[in-house]
Amino acid sequence: MNYPLAEDERMIQKTARDFARRELASVSIEANRTGVFPEGIFKQLGDLGFMGVTVPEEYGGVDLGTFSLVLALEEINAVCASTGVTMSVHNSLANWCILKYGSEELRKRFLPRLASGEMLGAYAITESEAGSDVSGMRLSAVRKGNEYVLNGAKIFISTGNKAGAIIVFARTDPKDRTRGISAFVVEPDAPGFSIGKIEKKMGLRASTTVEIVFDDCRVSADNLLGTEGLGMKIALAGLDGGRIGIAAQSVGIAQAALDEGIRYSRQRKQFNTRIVDFQSTRWKIADMATAVEAARLLTYRAAKLRDAGEPCSKEAAMAKLFASRTANAVVYDALQMHGGAGYTEEFLIERLFRDARVTELYEGTSEIQRIVISKAVVEEFERTVQD
Amino acid sequence: MKILALLKRVPDTEAKILINQEGTGIKDEGIKYVINTYDEYAVEEGLRLKEKTGAASTVTVVCAGPEEATELIRTALAMGADDAVHVCDRALDRPDPFVIAAVLAKAVRAEGFDIIFCGKQAIDDDMGQVQSILAEMLDIPQVNVATAFEIASDSKRATVRRRVEGGDEKVETSLPVIVSCEKGLNEPRYASLPGIMKAKKKEIRKKTLADLGFGEAPGEARSSILRWLPPPKSSGCTMVKAEETRDAVKELVRLLREEAKVV
Repeated sequence: MNYPLAEDERMIQKTARDFARRELASVSIEANRTGVFPEGIFKQLGDLGFMGVTVPEEYGGVDLGTFSLVLALEEINAVCASTGVTMSVHNSLANWCILKYGSEELRKRFLPRLASGEMLGAYAITESEAGSDVSGMRLSAVRKGNEYVLNGAKIFISTGNKAGAIIVFARTDPKDRTRGISAFVVEPDAPGFSIGKIEKKMGLRASTTVEIVFDDCRVSADNLLGTEGLGMKIALAGLDGGRIGIAAQSVGIAQAALDEGIRYSRQRKQFNTRIVDFQSTRWKIADMATAVEAARLLTYRAAKLRDAGEPCSKEAAMAKLFASRTANAVVYDALQMHGGAGYTEEFLIERLFRDARVTELYEGTSEIQRIVISKAVVEEFERTVQD
Repeated sequence: MKILALLKRVPDTEAKILINQEGTGIKDEGIKYVINTYDEYAVEEGLRLKEKTGAASTVTVVCAGPEEATELIRTALAMGADDAVHVCDRALDRPDPFVIAAVLAKAVRAEGFDIIFCGKQAIDDDMGQVQSILAEMLDIPQVNVATAFEIASDSKRATVRRRVEGGDEKVETSLPVIVSCEKGLNEPRYASLPGIMKAKKKEIRKKTLADLGFGEAPGEARSSILRWLPPPKSSGCTMVKAEETRDAVKELVRLLREEAKVV
């Protein structure tokens, strides 16, 4: 990929790539096989600065932008999408929310440990009855003195049982669907907090996805992010960054699948001809590579807009929609290039195929991205075009 | 303690090397360049020695190479080196080891040093001469192919283990000394993100040959490369097939004797 990067950006990319290939690859294979969460890798990533990419130096981070984070996420995800999603949620959602909406006290309490990788961050919106319809959430938070008492449950929470800081969205006003939601930083040792069902997933088996349960769970009012009722706004703003992170993950998976497809098709001979030399393969490679680059460019643009402080909801949604679609199309074709071999665990493409699927589901399904995009596009039209 | 680490820019070990039409060098297009692997051990060992000997110690990277080497020098700074000297002069395009050693000798003398770490060889031309010529020019001891390094408590002597056929050799040396580094000496650290940001503010002192006090040419080359040749193409693999294993073995032995002429 030939894209003009600054010297420090190339260096960040190289460190991420070298680390991913030399250290993460073997850890990832083992962790995906056993399903044991590779905790150690996050301390290593933290030591290198990858767990606090956008956190300012005063809170122990590196103070870089979303674009640098995207470059790193691409490389990590190309080797291990499980590690990639943990790192993306941690940086783009948990760190970001605490930095942007946390009080000075909250920032000082959490960010240094999050940025060093000593503590992991998670983000909890989804409930059994509130998936795409975020405003349908029911987890209640009732203020009692200097505390909030939380009751209900969240599901499908990435890193939920390994995180030291979970951004939890809860209903503080049962009447107002959107302005009745607030965001809290919840620590797992809060009284009444527990881990429920641990999901067995199709892919991302080296990451954890769990239910978290709140049974009269008491959270200090100091752990409120922003003000009461700001939750929906925080959730949506956070998701812009989250979606860029998942777009970067999708690009990483797609690039890895393309490389695996080419690698295999150069070795495999049928009818006395390398598979890579068949025109049917060549056309696949051309389409896959073009889609990967387009996805990458959409992702880079969204990241750069976010770094410039520009609105980027539409662009983040476009990047996420297109990149996740691309990842799934590319793993499909790359597996096809492997023939039956690609259907076995012997080949990396089998895992990439499973890992890619979720990119169209989490941080907003593809359908939700289309709602966001079309709404923005139609509104833009109505603002600028006279009938 | 003033620690120097010498650094050379070389093609990535994964790069596919092609000889240019004239046979005077390699084709540059599409080649990624990296820090010579053995020089990474040198930088790392310098950093470890600094960490051991305290805040008064510094690690300076010294590189003679093209403008493009700046990014690799910056990477060494991101690993933790304090500053760098970059001798960058078009007259140094395709130098021989003697010329490079002469240039480095002036550069490191001007800098001052207690110890110089470098790679045991560069992975591109594999000559492995510079450190020895440099040691002669500086009139200091050299210990090559180091696999372990330990500084004495008074920082005036060092113990170096070096790999020799069939085992290790333990050498004690006085300082100043030049130590060339072998794989296994250490595990080089990555350039961390904070390191990369800090490296932006670190100084790389660019020097031309004139700055170092050379006239027109940095000295006469003691060798010249006549022509670069690609390695011969491997002739592929012959499968020996026969109904009976016994016959296949016979045929294999015949081929090894008559065709390959190895038995």
